Amino acid sequence: MPTIKQLAANEAKEKRFRGGHSLCSGCGIPIVVRTVLNSIETPVVVVNATGCLEVATTRFPNTAWNVPWLHVAFENAAAAASGVESAYRALVKRGKLPADEPVTFVVFGGDGGTYDIGLQSLSGALERGHQFLYVCYDNEAYMNTGIQRSSATPFGASTTTSPEGKISFGKAQQRKDLTAIAEAHHVNYVGQSAISHWHDLSDKVKRAVEVDGPAFINVLSTCQLGWRHEPREAVKVAQLAVDTLFWPLYEVVKGRFRLTHIPEEIVPIETWLRMQGRFKHLFKEENAGALEVIQQQIFDEWERLKERDRNDRAHFAPLQKDQTFTTEFEMV
Amino acid sequence: MNELKKYHEIPIGGTVITKDVVQPKTGGWRMGEKPMVNLDKCVNCLICWLDCPDTAVLAEGTDFFGFEYDYCKGCALCAEVCPTDAIVMVPDDQEVPEYGRMLNGGPHEN
Repeated sequence: MPTIKQLAANEAKEKRFRGGHSLCSGCGIPIVVRTVLNSIETPVVVVNATGCLEVATTRFPNTAWNVPWLHVAFENAAAAASGVESAYRALVKRGKLPADEPVTFVVFGGDGGTYDIGLQSLSGALERGHQFLYVCYDNEAYMNTGIQRSSATPFGASTTTSPEGKISFGKAQQRKDLTAIAEAHHVNYVGQSAISHWHDLSDKVKRAVEVDGPAFINVLSTCQLGWRHEPREAVKVAQLAVDTLFWPLYEVVKGRFRLTHIPEEIVPIETWLRMQGRFKHLFKEENAGALEVIQQQIFDEWERLKERDRNDRAHFAPLQKDQTFTTEFEMV
Repeated sequence: MNELKKYHEIPIGGTVITKDVVQPKTGGWRMGEKPMVNLDKCVNCLICWLDCPDTAVLAEGTDFFGFEYDYCKGCALCAEVCPTDAIVMVPDDQEVPEYGRMLNGGPHEN
Protein backbone atom coordinates (compact mmCIF):
# COMPACT_ATOMS: atom_id res chain seq x y z
CA MET A 1 0.00 0.00 0.00
CA PRO A 2 1.45 3.39 -0.92
CA THR A 3 1.92 5.81 1.95
CA ILE A 4 1.54 9.56 1.85
CA LYS A 5 5.19 9.78 2.90
CA GLN A 6 6.20 8.04 -0.33
CA LEU A 7 4.24 10.59 -2.31
CA ALA A 8 5.91 13.38 -0.31
CA ALA A 9 9.33 11.87 -0.91
CA ASN A 10 8.63 11.79 -4.63
CA GLU A 11 7.52 15.40 -4.64
CA ALA A 12 10.59 16.39 -2.61
CA LYS A 13 12.72 14.83 -5.35
CA GLU A 14 10.89 16.61 -8.15
CA LYS A 15 7.98 18.98 -7.80
CA ARG A 16 6.04 18.09 -10.92
CA PHE A 17 3.06 20.38 -10.42
CA ARG A 18 3.28 23.70 -8.61
CA GLY A 19 1.06 26.48 -7.36
CA GLY A 20 0.47 29.88 -8.90
CA HIS A 21 -2.10 28.52 -11.34
CA SER A 22 -5.54 30.07 -11.62
CA LEU A 23 -7.73 27.12 -10.67
CA CYS A 24 -10.45 28.16 -8.22
CA SER A 25 -9.80 28.06 -4.50
CA GLY A 26 -10.92 24.66 -3.23
CA CYS A 27 -10.61 23.00 -6.64
CA GLY A 28 -10.41 19.20 -6.63
CA ILE A 29 -8.37 18.81 -9.82
CA PRO A 30 -4.87 19.48 -8.41
CA ILE A 31 -5.45 16.68 -5.90
CA VAL A 32 -5.92 14.29 -8.81
CA VAL A 33 -2.87 15.60 -10.65
CA ARG A 34 -0.51 15.56 -7.67
CA THR A 35 -1.62 12.14 -6.43
CA VAL A 36 -1.18 10.67 -9.91
CA LEU A 37 2.16 12.31 -10.71
CA ASN A 38 3.67 11.60 -7.29
CA SER A 39 2.67 7.95 -7.53
CA ILE A 40 4.68 7.39 -10.70
CA GLU A 41 8.34 6.64 -10.13
CA THR A 42 9.59 6.99 -13.72
CA PRO A 43 9.91 10.26 -15.65
CA VAL A 44 6.52 11.31 -17.05
CA VAL A 45 5.24 13.08 -20.13
CA VAL A 46 1.86 14.74 -19.68
CA VAL A 47 -0.66 15.39 -22.43
CA ASN A 48 -3.61 17.57 -21.55
CA ALA A 49 -7.02 17.95 -23.13
CA THR A 50 -8.58 21.40 -23.14
CA GLY A 51 -10.39 22.08 -19.91
CA CYS A 52 -10.10 23.81 -16.56
CA LEU A 53 -6.76 22.18 -15.86
CA GLU A 54 -5.20 23.13 -19.16
CA VAL A 55 -6.51 26.68 -19.27
CA ALA A 56 -5.71 27.54 -15.68
CA THR A 57 -2.26 25.99 -15.39
CA THR A 58 -0.69 27.27 -18.61
CA ARG A 59 -1.49 30.93 -18.99
CA PHE A 60 1.23 31.90 -21.43
CA PRO A 61 4.05 32.65 -20.63
CA ASN A 62 3.63 30.85 -17.29
CA THR A 63 3.25 27.20 -16.50
CA ALA A 64 2.49 25.17 -13.40
CA TRP A 65 4.04 22.05 -14.92
CA ASN A 66 7.56 20.95 -14.25
CA VAL A 67 7.36 17.97 -16.62
CA PRO A 68 7.22 17.78 -20.43
CA TRP A 69 3.66 18.80 -21.16
CA LEU A 70 1.69 18.99 -24.39
CA HIS A 71 -1.67 20.40 -25.32
CA VAL A 72 -3.07 20.28 -28.83
CA ALA A 73 -6.86 20.60 -28.86
CA PHE A 74 -10.00 19.63 -27.01
CA GLU A 75 -10.84 16.46 -28.90
CA ASN A 76 -7.50 14.84 -29.46
CA ALA A 77 -5.60 14.49 -26.19
CA ALA A 78 -5.48 10.69 -26.52
CA ALA A 79 -4.47 10.94 -30.20
CA ALA A 80 -1.70 13.40 -29.34
CA ALA A 81 -0.51 11.05 -26.60
CA SER A 82 -0.55 8.18 -29.12
CA GLY A 83 1.76 10.19 -31.34
CA VAL A 84 4.12 11.07 -28.51
CA GLU A 85 4.27 7.47 -27.36
CA SER A 86 4.84 6.16 -30.90
CA ALA A 87 7.60 8.70 -31.51
CA TYR A 88 9.23 7.64 -28.25
CA ARG A 89 9.13 3.97 -29.25
CA ALA A 90 10.57 4.78 -32.69
CA LEU A 91 13.45 6.75 -31.16
CA VAL A 92 14.21 3.93 -28.73
CA LYS A 93 14.22 1.47 -31.62
CA ARG A 94 16.74 3.59 -33.51
CA GLY A 95 18.94 3.86 -30.45
CA LYS A 96 18.44 7.62 -30.06
CA LEU A 97 16.86 7.22 -26.63
CA PRO A 98 17.94 4.70 -23.99
CA ALA A 99 15.80 1.56 -23.90
CA ASP A 100 16.39 0.87 -20.21
CA GLU A 101 14.97 4.14 -18.87
CA PRO A 102 11.22 3.83 -19.17
CA VAL A 103 8.98 6.88 -19.51
CA THR A 104 5.33 6.99 -18.49
CA PHE A 105 2.83 8.81 -20.66
CA VAL A 106 -0.11 10.30 -18.80
CA VAL A 107 -3.12 12.08 -20.25
CA PHE A 108 -5.33 14.33 -18.14
CA GLY A 109 -8.74 15.17 -19.53
CA GLY A 110 -11.85 16.56 -17.94
CA ASP A 111 -15.26 15.01 -18.38
CA GLY A 112 -15.98 17.30 -21.34
CA GLY A 113 -12.74 16.32 -23.05
CA THR A 114 -13.23 12.64 -22.26
CA TYR A 115 -16.92 11.72 -22.05
CA ASP A 116 -17.96 13.94 -24.95
CA ILE A 117 -15.49 15.70 -27.19
CA GLY A 118 -12.47 13.43 -26.86
CA LEU A 119 -14.32 10.12 -26.78
CA GLN A 120 -13.41 9.12 -30.32
CA SER A 121 -9.69 9.77 -29.87
CA LEU A 122 -9.72 7.96 -26.53
CA SER A 123 -11.50 5.00 -28.08
CA GLY A 124 -9.00 4.92 -30.95
CA ALA A 125 -5.99 5.08 -28.67
CA LEU A 126 -7.35 2.35 -26.39
CA GLU A 127 -8.07 0.15 -29.38
CA ARG A 128 -4.60 0.65 -30.91
CA GLY A 129 -3.05 -0.34 -27.60
CA HIS A 130 -0.62 2.51 -26.93
CA GLN A 131 1.31 2.28 -23.69
CA PHE A 132 -0.24 5.16 -21.73
CA LEU A 133 -2.44 6.03 -18.79
CA TYR A 134 -5.53 8.14 -19.34
CA VAL A 135 -6.83 9.90 -16.25
CA CYS A 136 -10.21 11.55 -16.52
CA TYR A 137 -10.95 14.07 -13.77
CA ASP A 138 -14.71 14.07 -13.71
CA ASN A 139 -16.31 17.19 -12.24
CA GLU A 140 -19.58 16.49 -14.01
CA ALA A 141 -20.05 19.48 -16.32
CA TYR A 142 -18.19 21.96 -18.55
CA MET A 143 -17.04 24.05 -15.60
CA ASN A 144 -14.40 26.04 -17.44
CA THR A 145 -16.82 27.64 -19.87
CA GLY A 146 -19.57 28.32 -17.32
CA ILE A 147 -21.16 25.11 -16.09
CA GLN A 148 -22.85 23.65 -19.17
CA ARG A 149 -24.19 20.12 -18.91
CA SER A 150 -22.01 17.29 -20.17
CA SER A 151 -22.80 13.62 -20.56
CA ALA A 152 -21.18 13.15 -17.15
CA THR A 153 -23.68 15.44 -15.42
CA PRO A 154 -25.92 13.36 -13.15
CA PHE A 155 -29.68 13.15 -13.47
CA GLY A 156 -31.46 16.14 -11.94
CA ALA A 157 -28.45 18.46 -11.66
CA SER A 158 -29.07 22.09 -12.52
CA THR A 159 -26.55 23.59 -14.94
CA THR A 160 -26.71 26.68 -17.17
CA THR A 161 -27.89 24.56 -20.12
CA SER A 162 -30.16 22.34 -18.04
CA PRO A 163 -31.46 24.90 -15.57
CA GLU A 164 -34.11 24.11 -13.02
CA GLY A 165 -37.24 26.18 -13.31
CA LYS A 166 -40.94 26.01 -14.09
CA ILE A 167 -40.53 23.85 -17.18
CA SER A 168 -37.15 22.19 -16.75
CA PHE A 169 -36.31 19.99 -13.83
CA GLY A 170 -32.53 20.04 -14.22
CA LYS A 171 -30.79 17.47 -16.38
CA ALA A 172 -33.44 15.02 -17.58
CA GLN A 173 -31.05 12.31 -18.77
CA GLN A 174 -28.88 9.78 -16.97
CA ARG A 175 -25.13 10.19 -16.89
CA LYS A 176 -22.99 8.14 -19.22
CA ASP A 177 -21.05 5.24 -17.72
CA LEU A 178 -17.69 6.03 -19.27
CA THR A 179 -15.71 3.57 -17.17
CA ALA A 180 -17.83 0.78 -18.64
CA ILE A 181 -17.20 2.13 -22.14
CA ALA A 182 -13.44 2.10 -21.53
CA GLU A 183 -13.75 -1.42 -20.15
CA ALA A 184 -15.50 -2.54 -23.33
CA HIS A 185 -12.21 -1.94 -25.19
CA HIS A 186 -10.81 -4.96 -23.32
CA VAL A 187 -7.80 -3.07 -22.07
CA ASN A 188 -5.82 -4.57 -19.21
CA TYR A 189 -6.64 -1.95 -16.62
CA VAL A 190 -9.70 0.21 -15.99
CA GLY A 191 -10.49 1.81 -12.65
CA GLN A 192 -12.73 4.29 -10.94
CA SER A 193 -11.54 6.39 -8.01
CA ALA A 194 -12.20 9.66 -6.18
CA ILE A 195 -10.13 12.52 -4.75
CA SER A 196 -11.23 11.68 -1.22
CA HIS A 197 -9.49 8.29 -1.42
CA TRP A 198 -5.93 9.20 -2.31
CA HIS A 199 -4.58 5.78 -1.26
CA ASP A 200 -7.07 4.08 -3.55
CA LEU A 201 -6.14 6.38 -6.43
CA SER A 202 -2.40 6.08 -5.83
CA ASP A 203 -2.73 2.32 -5.66
CA LYS A 204 -4.63 2.22 -8.93
CA VAL A 205 -2.11 4.43 -10.69
CA LYS A 206 0.73 2.16 -9.59
CA ARG A 207 -1.06 -0.87 -11.03
CA ALA A 208 -2.23 0.95 -14.15
CA VAL A 209 1.27 1.98 -15.22
CA GLU A 210 2.52 -1.57 -14.77
CA VAL A 211 0.10 -3.27 -17.13
CA ASP A 212 0.81 -3.95 -20.76
CA GLY A 213 -0.99 -1.50 -23.03
CA PRO A 214 -3.31 1.38 -22.23
CA ALA A 215 -4.99 1.98 -18.89
CA PHE A 216 -7.88 4.20 -17.96
CA ILE A 217 -8.81 5.69 -14.57
CA ASN A 218 -11.92 7.76 -14.02
CA VAL A 219 -11.53 9.99 -10.96
CA LEU A 220 -14.37 11.90 -9.36
CA SER A 221 -13.17 15.44 -8.80
CA THR A 222 -15.27 18.25 -7.35
CA CYS A 223 -16.13 21.78 -8.43
CA GLN A 224 -17.17 24.25 -5.76
CA LEU A 225 -18.43 26.65 -8.43
CA GLY A 226 -20.55 24.25 -10.44
CA TRP A 227 -21.66 21.96 -7.64
CA ARG A 228 -22.25 24.99 -5.43
CA HIS A 229 -20.75 23.79 -2.19
CA GLU A 230 -18.33 25.50 0.19
CA PRO A 231 -14.71 25.43 -1.13
CA ARG A 232 -13.56 23.85 2.14
CA GLU A 233 -15.89 20.90 1.64
CA ALA A 234 -14.30 19.68 -1.62
CA VAL A 235 -12.94 16.45 -0.18
CA LYS A 236 -15.95 15.86 2.04
CA VAL A 237 -18.32 16.03 -0.94
CA ALA A 238 -16.25 13.47 -2.82
CA GLN A 239 -16.14 11.28 0.28
CA LEU A 240 -19.92 11.39 0.51
CA ALA A 241 -20.27 10.55 -3.18
CA VAL A 242 -18.43 7.33 -2.39
CA ASP A 243 -20.24 6.66 0.89
CA THR A 244 -23.66 7.15 -0.72
CA LEU A 245 -22.65 4.67 -3.47
CA PHE A 246 -23.15 7.36 -6.10
CA TRP A 247 -19.53 6.82 -7.12
CA PRO A 248 -18.41 3.23 -6.42
CA LEU A 249 -14.67 2.60 -6.36
CA TYR A 250 -13.70 -0.41 -8.41
CA GLU A 251 -11.20 -1.71 -10.88
CA VAL A 252 -11.22 -4.15 -13.76
CA VAL A 253 -7.91 -5.95 -14.16
CA LYS A 254 -7.63 -8.08 -17.30
CA GLY A 255 -11.38 -8.33 -17.48
CA ARG A 256 -11.84 -9.29 -13.83
CA PHE A 257 -13.86 -6.98 -11.65
CA ARG A 258 -13.52 -6.08 -8.00
CA LEU A 259 -14.77 -3.39 -5.69
CA THR A 260 -11.76 -1.71 -4.10
CA HIS A 261 -13.68 0.07 -1.38
CA ILE A 262 -16.89 -0.84 0.39
CA PRO A 263 -18.23 1.98 2.59
CA GLU A 264 -18.52 0.99 6.24
CA GLU A 265 -21.81 2.77 6.51
CA ILE A 266 -23.98 3.44 3.49
CA VAL A 267 -25.30 7.01 3.61
CA PRO A 268 -28.64 7.95 1.99
CA ILE A 269 -28.11 9.83 -1.27
CA GLU A 270 -30.13 12.73 0.14
CA THR A 271 -27.17 13.71 2.36
CA TRP A 272 -24.91 14.13 -0.65
CA LEU A 273 -27.53 15.96 -2.73
CA ARG A 274 -28.32 18.38 0.10
CA MET A 275 -24.72 19.58 0.29
CA GLN A 276 -24.83 20.91 -3.25
CA GLY A 277 -26.70 23.91 -4.62
CA ARG A 278 -27.11 22.26 -8.01
CA PHE A 279 -29.58 19.76 -6.49
CA LYS A 280 -31.46 22.25 -4.30
CA HIS A 281 -34.62 22.09 -6.42
CA LEU A 282 -34.93 18.33 -5.84
CA PHE A 283 -36.07 19.09 -2.29
CA LYS A 284 -39.08 21.13 -3.40
CA GLU A 285 -42.42 19.49 -2.72
CA GLU A 286 -43.30 18.96 -6.37
CA ASN A 287 -40.07 17.01 -6.99
CA ALA A 288 -40.45 14.63 -4.07
CA GLY A 289 -40.59 11.56 -6.32
CA ALA A 290 -37.20 12.27 -7.86
CA LEU A 291 -35.22 11.43 -4.75
CA GLU A 292 -36.69 7.95 -4.57
CA VAL A 293 -35.96 7.35 -8.24
CA ILE A 294 -32.33 8.43 -7.79
CA GLN A 295 -31.89 6.34 -4.64
CA GLN A 296 -33.36 3.26 -6.31
CA GLN A 297 -31.11 3.62 -9.35
CA ILE A 298 -28.07 3.80 -7.11
CA PHE A 299 -29.03 0.70 -5.14
CA ASP A 300 -29.79 -1.24 -8.34
CA GLU A 301 -26.40 -0.35 -9.78
CA TRP A 302 -24.68 -1.26 -6.50
CA GLU A 303 -26.35 -4.68 -6.46
CA ARG A 304 -25.18 -5.26 -10.02
CA LEU A 305 -21.58 -4.31 -9.12
CA LYS A 306 -21.64 -6.44 -5.98
CA GLU A 307 -22.73 -9.41 -8.04
CA ARG A 308 -19.85 -8.87 -10.47
CA ASP A 309 -17.52 -8.54 -7.50
CA ARG A 310 -18.74 -11.85 -6.04
CA ASN A 311 -18.35 -13.63 -9.37
CA ASP A 312 -14.78 -12.44 -9.94
CA ARG A 313 -13.50 -12.29 -6.35
CA ALA A 314 -11.82 -15.69 -6.61
CA HIS A 315 -9.44 -14.33 -9.24
CA PHE A 316 -7.81 -11.89 -6.85
CA ALA A 317 -5.58 -12.48 -3.84
CA PRO A 318 -7.85 -12.77 -0.77
CA LEU A 319 -8.42 -9.85 1.59
CA GLN A 320 -6.42 -9.83 4.80
CA LYS A 321 -8.16 -9.30 8.11
CA ASP A 322 -9.14 -5.64 8.70
CA GLN A 323 -8.38 -4.79 5.11
CA THR A 324 -10.97 -2.93 3.10
CA PHE A 325 -9.10 -3.24 -0.15
CA THR A 326 -6.25 -5.33 -1.44
CA THR A 327 -3.07 -4.11 -2.96
CA GLU A 328 -1.73 -7.29 -4.50
CA PHE A 329 -1.53 -6.96 -8.21
CA GLU A 330 -1.14 -10.65 -8.92
CA MET A 331 -4.31 -12.42 -9.88
CA VAL A 332 -4.83 -15.92 -8.51
CA MET B 1 -1.70 34.43 -50.95
CA ASN B 2 1.45 33.57 -49.07
CA GLU B 3 3.45 30.62 -50.21
CA LEU B 4 2.85 27.45 -48.19
CA LYS B 5 5.60 26.84 -45.67
CA LYS B 6 7.43 23.58 -45.17
CA TYR B 7 6.85 21.78 -41.88
CA HIS B 8 10.22 22.83 -40.48
CA GLU B 9 9.62 26.49 -41.36
CA ILE B 10 6.44 26.80 -39.35
CA PRO B 11 6.99 28.17 -35.83
CA ILE B 12 6.46 25.44 -33.27
CA GLY B 13 3.62 25.95 -30.81
CA GLY B 14 3.93 28.17 -27.78
CA THR B 15 6.78 26.76 -25.73
CA VAL B 16 7.47 27.61 -22.11
CA ILE B 17 10.61 26.47 -20.32
CA THR B 18 9.54 25.84 -16.73
CA LYS B 19 12.76 26.86 -15.06
CA ASP B 20 12.60 30.34 -16.64
CA VAL B 21 9.16 31.01 -15.23
CA VAL B 22 8.23 32.57 -11.92
CA GLN B 23 4.61 31.67 -11.29
CA PRO B 24 2.27 34.58 -10.52
CA LYS B 25 1.46 34.84 -6.83
CA THR B 26 -2.13 33.94 -6.05
CA GLY B 27 -2.19 34.86 -2.37
CA GLY B 28 -4.23 37.94 -3.27
CA TRP B 29 -7.21 35.68 -4.00
CA ARG B 30 -7.84 35.10 -0.30
CA MET B 31 -11.23 36.26 0.90
CA GLY B 32 -10.31 37.34 4.43
CA GLU B 33 -8.98 34.13 5.99
CA LYS B 34 -5.68 32.33 6.06
CA PRO B 35 -4.58 29.08 7.71
CA MET B 36 -2.30 28.79 10.69
CA VAL B 37 -0.99 25.63 12.33
CA ASN B 38 -0.61 24.70 15.96
CA LEU B 39 2.39 22.39 15.86
CA ASP B 40 1.54 20.95 19.29
CA LYS B 41 -1.44 19.22 17.73
CA CYS B 42 0.04 18.38 14.32
CA VAL B 43 0.59 14.65 13.86
CA ASN B 44 2.43 15.08 10.57
CA CYS B 45 -0.09 13.06 8.55
CA LEU B 46 0.42 15.29 5.46
CA ILE B 47 -3.20 15.01 4.34
CA CYS B 48 -3.36 18.83 4.14
CA TRP B 49 -0.21 18.79 2.04
CA LEU B 50 -1.71 16.41 -0.51
CA ASP B 51 -5.14 18.02 -0.61
CA CYS B 52 -3.96 21.63 -0.98
CA PRO B 53 -4.99 22.71 -4.49
CA ASP B 54 -2.28 25.38 -4.64
CA THR B 55 0.67 23.41 -3.26
CA ALA B 56 0.75 26.10 -0.57
CA VAL B 57 1.19 23.58 2.25
CA LEU B 58 4.91 23.08 2.41
CA ALA B 59 6.64 19.86 3.32
CA GLU B 60 10.27 19.61 4.29
CA GLY B 61 11.26 16.25 2.88
CA THR B 62 8.47 14.05 4.17
CA ASP B 63 7.54 16.25 7.14
CA PHE B 64 4.95 18.96 7.41
CA PHE B 65 6.50 22.42 7.45
CA GLY B 66 4.05 25.32 7.07
CA PHE B 67 2.14 27.52 4.67
CA GLU B 68 3.31 29.53 1.71
CA TYR B 69 1.01 32.54 1.90
CA ASP B 70 2.16 33.83 -1.49
CA TYR B 71 0.14 31.08 -3.15
CA CYS B 72 -2.55 30.15 -0.59
CA LYS B 73 -6.01 31.06 -1.89
CA GLY B 74 -7.60 30.58 1.53
CA CYS B 75 -10.03 27.81 0.63
CA ALA B 76 -9.69 26.27 4.12
CA LEU B 77 -9.59 22.76 2.70
CA CYS B 78 -6.52 22.06 4.87
CA ALA B 79 -8.38 23.06 8.03
CA GLU B 80 -11.31 20.88 7.00
CA VAL B 81 -9.29 17.72 6.35
CA CYS B 82 -6.99 18.11 9.38
CA PRO B 83 -7.78 15.12 11.63
CA THR B 84 -6.55 16.80 14.82
CA ASP B 85 -7.81 20.36 14.18
CA ALA B 86 -4.25 21.62 14.31
CA ILE B 87 -4.98 23.96 11.42
CA VAL B 88 -7.21 26.94 12.15
CA MET B 89 -8.34 29.75 9.90
CA VAL B 90 -7.47 33.24 11.17
CA PRO B 91 -8.28 36.68 9.76
CA ASP B 92 -6.00 37.61 6.89
CA ASP B 93 -4.72 40.77 8.59
CA GLN B 94 -3.74 38.97 11.80
CA GLU B 95 -0.02 38.89 12.50
CA VAL B 96 1.28 35.33 12.29
CA PRO B 97 4.82 33.94 12.37
CA GLU B 98 6.48 33.09 9.09
CA TYR B 99 4.84 30.08 7.40
CA GLY B 100 2.07 30.22 10.03
CA ARG B 101 3.93 27.97 12.47
CA MET B 102 2.84 28.19 16.12
CA LEU B 103 4.19 26.14 19.04
CA ASN B 104 3.07 26.23 22.68
CA GLY B 105 0.68 29.01 21.81
CA GLY B 106 3.50 31.22 20.49
CA PRO B 107 5.44 31.59 17.27
CA HIS B 108 7.83 28.76 16.46
CA GLU B 109 11.37 29.82 15.72
CA ASN B 110 13.32 27.60 13.39
